[in-house]
Amino acid sequence: MSRIRAFSLVALGCLIYIQPIMAVEPNERLADPLLEERARMLSQNIRCLVCQNQSIDDSNATLAKDLRALVREKLTAGATNDEIFDFLVDRYGDFILLNPPFKASTYLLWYGPLIFLIVGLLMTVLVMKKSKRRASEKPLSQEERVSLSKLLEQKDET
Amino acid sequence: MAKTIFVLPFLVFFGVVTYFIIPIVKKSDPKLLPSALIDKDVPENKLPPLFKNKTGFDHEDLVGGETLVNFFSSWCGPCRVEHDILMKISEEKTIRLFGINYKDQTQAAIRWLDELGDPFEKIVADKDGRAAIDWGVYGVPETYLIDKEGKVRYRHVGPLTERVLEEKLMPIIQLLRNKKDE
Repeated sequence: MSRIRAFSLVALGCLIYIQPIMAVEPNERLADPLLEERARMLSQNIRCLVCQNQSIDDSNATLAKDLRALVREKLTAGATNDEIFDFLVDRYGDFILLNPPFKASTYLLWYGPLIFLIVGLLMTVLVMKKSKRRASEKPLSQEERVSLSKLLEQKDET
Repeated sequence: MAKTIFVLPFLVFFGVVTYFIIPIVKKSDPKLLPSALIDKDVPENKLPPLFKNKTGFDHEDLVGGETLVNFFSSWCGPCRVEHDILMKISEEKTIRLFGINYKDQTQAAIRWLDELGDPFEKIVADKDGRAAIDWGVYGVPETYLIDKEGKVRYRHVGPLTERVLEEKLMPIIQLLRNKKDE
């Protein structure tokens, strides 16, 4: 048993070293590790429009490669993260951001879950109130109790 | 009052279903994106002409008349598919047609046009694909309809077909031309 446990622990430990597969090629990387880290962070938030569910950091498409180079070029030139995102949104639209922006047209997207939660809670409260009211209704009358016991007896006989 | 609120989830559910079913019924491809440049000025790029003996163009040359700007490449399969339509547009003089040769080798592009015919009035070469990024290109072939003020009015991703020309482009071109007459 302890052997299995030890093995599992080792296997789990190995998982720590698993890195997501990336498409960034060694010659694309920037010499400055801080800038490179920012480049990676930005790239992971930019959608590759060729593959559409991959970031440009993951994608091998030529456009993704070009955009990775562009991001790094802009970073080296001193652009801020927002400037780079804005540059891309101007050309490709919000869809290029893997994280949808927070603005009037996306309020429903961001607030939607909250609205559903509130409506859900509201309904739960209503249902609970109703069942409580039902439970506290007046007790059975003498007549009702007699007919109930009769019905139960009948059931026992069959 | 308490009852009506229980109908709400169903209404919301059917609303959501309808919203998502419409594109399925209309068979629209969700991978095709509208251009972010619609109703905006074409990007200002200074690109070199593809041929030495044929002039190139820039954003200023797009002012003055409706134009189709087509991104193509000799390595791009679907570009071959749409080439007949481009030739037809050029022969029938449907609309002014300019080309941007995307990330191509000059010799290969010239060979391609020699072989299949050259439908373009003017062609520039975008060797590194940077101008294409300014246009928001994400897959060749792409075709942009530019109005006479030099603003992007429509973008088609993928090969042009007879149907796209008739049903998508022509109505907008007619609309733009009618506006000119007023």
